[in-house]
Amino acid sequence: MHKLFTLLKVQYSNMLEYRVEIALWAISGIIPFFMLNIWTNNNLNESININNTMLSRYFLSAFFVRQFSVVWVVFSFEEDVLLGKLSPYIIQPLNPFFRYFTQHIAEQITRFPFAIIIAFIFFLLNPESIWIPNLIFLFLSIISTFLSFLIQFLIQSIIACLCFWTEKASSIERLLFIPTLFLSGLLAPVVSFPQYVKSWIYLTPFPYLIDFPANLLSGNKTNISGGFIMQILWILLLLPLFIKIWSEGTKKYTAMGS
Amino acid sequence: MVKNIIEVRNLSKCFDISSKNPGLKGTLKHFFKRETKSLKVIKNINFEIKEGEIIGFLGANGAGKTTILKMLCGLIYPSEGSISVSGFLPYRRKDNFLKNITLIMGQKQQLIWDLPPIESFYLNASIYDIDRHEAKRRIKKLSDMLEIEEELFIPVRKLSLGQRMKSELLAALIHKPNILFLDEPTLGLDINAQRNLRKFLKLYNKETNATICLTSHYMKDITSLCKRVICVHNGSISYDGKLDKLVKKLSPVKEILIVCRSEKDANALDNAGYIVKSKIKNEITLKIENKYVSSSLRTILNSYDIDDLYINEPPIDEIIGKILIKKEYKL
Repeated sequence: MHKLFTLLKVQYSNMLEYRVEIALWAISGIIPFFMLNIWTNNNLNESININNTMLSRYFLSAFFVRQFSVVWVVFSFEEDVLLGKLSPYIIQPLNPFFRYFTQHIAEQITRFPFAIIIAFIFFLLNPESIWIPNLIFLFLSIISTFLSFLIQFLIQSIIACLCFWTEKASSIERLLFIPTLFLSGLLAPVVSFPQYVKSWIYLTPFPYLIDFPANLLSGNKTNISGGFIMQILWILLLLPLFIKIWSEGTKKYTAMGS
Repeated sequence: MVKNIIEVRNLSKCFDISSKNPGLKGTLKHFFKRETKSLKVIKNINFEIKEGEIIGFLGANGAGKTTILKMLCGLIYPSEGSISVSGFLPYRRKDNFLKNITLIMGQKQQLIWDLPPIESFYLNASIYDIDRHEAKRRIKKLSDMLEIEEELFIPVRKLSLGQRMKSELLAALIHKPNILFLDEPTLGLDINAQRNLRKFLKLYNKETNATICLTSHYMKDITSLCKRVICVHNGSISYDGKLDKLVKKLSPVKEILIVCRSEKDANALDNAGYIVKSKIKNEITLKIENKYVSSSLRTILNSYDIDDLYINEPPIDEIIGKILIKKEYKL
């Protein structure tokens, strides 16, 4: 734990060197606000029985969840493997993925003030959306956002490890971009999907990435225990898969570039 | 009796390499049907290294030196054979093994680019379970030895190559490893920085009795640090032994520069049946086999009017170069 804390401190110092870049990344994550605009201007919310205020709270929450669950490990890892930068870290007594993990957490901490500023501007423009979340629901939404981050981190780490075989694993990750975009709740609350689609979507990890934590934070109706159980089940499924693929992959590592 | 710290038996390594013909046809063929072949880059090698030894791995580019180091430190898996380093199988990468070794690659860095090196040092100390007080003490000692006290607080990106390399060394040595794998550690450094680095490695070896395995294309690194060398040619070991023996073996002649009192004597020497390397006016350089040096010198001194005389070994770079370029060179 001490190692991780030190790693986090160092990564945070490093992230502060890139604060402008991170601010721009935070701003680039405002896609839920565009979707809110489309939904409200076309009165689409009437079809799913969610009023304008609740819908704007949902999309603001989706923005927040997205800010604290963005994962890019596959791109960093791929570069490190292809250029041989992974070599010094692979022979240290700490799995190199902890470096990427703490990099993500450090980035989230750096993003936090920018996300708050964006939310403040959102409330200035939509004062009717202002709400104080129930403390318990706030706590649960933070936990579920972290679990959502863990699921995405594990999925991307598994794909990243395919670098050991294919070298261009990020192309595989792009295949997941469309389902993540449409099925996670970033473009529309999952409740708005047709019943037959919903019946199988909830078996995939996607609705637990944005929709579930965003509903918790915004105070919309959601299956709390079911959501947490599915998040934990996905983590329990993905973690051993990651450990296995990492262990097999490092046998294939050729330490290129040196 | 000094024990073996590294033992390598019948070690081989194969890589799958895909090849592509040039042009559009080659590209399309490569897209639909990729041809890969298995290339054996290390071929059944055997050697041992004793605790505290400094070993130089010599060989041309692509000979397999770095691949051997990568296998010894556990970075890559061997295809066949066995390796034991400090009693561990390196490729299993057990924590106790990793805490015992370090790898420094001249063209790769582990320091965090935008932060001062001190941040990376404390981070490494934490990764290797060294408490802050002890880490501080070691950083102080190593930075004194490496003479980089002031550079510790300057972002890595602002440091010169030499300062960066010293900082890399400090980061790699903070956990006091017993075995150092150094892959071209002086690459790109100026002469003074190279000399300082060699001085430091000698001192580190003397103080800690650490074993050092080194590859370098700078012969000065090898000659000033290594008593023993392992020559690698096309993935096989072509020589394993003392450096001075290798030099004698590869260079059975000495170069003798003779300054005669007159050009006439120089001309006479030119026609006396010796192998002449060069002749300029009254100065003549002869190549004489080591075993005939003393008798030949006696004859020359008795028969000719000699003003001055110098006996030189051929330059080490020239000798080692023979190993690197001549495939058929038998050692």
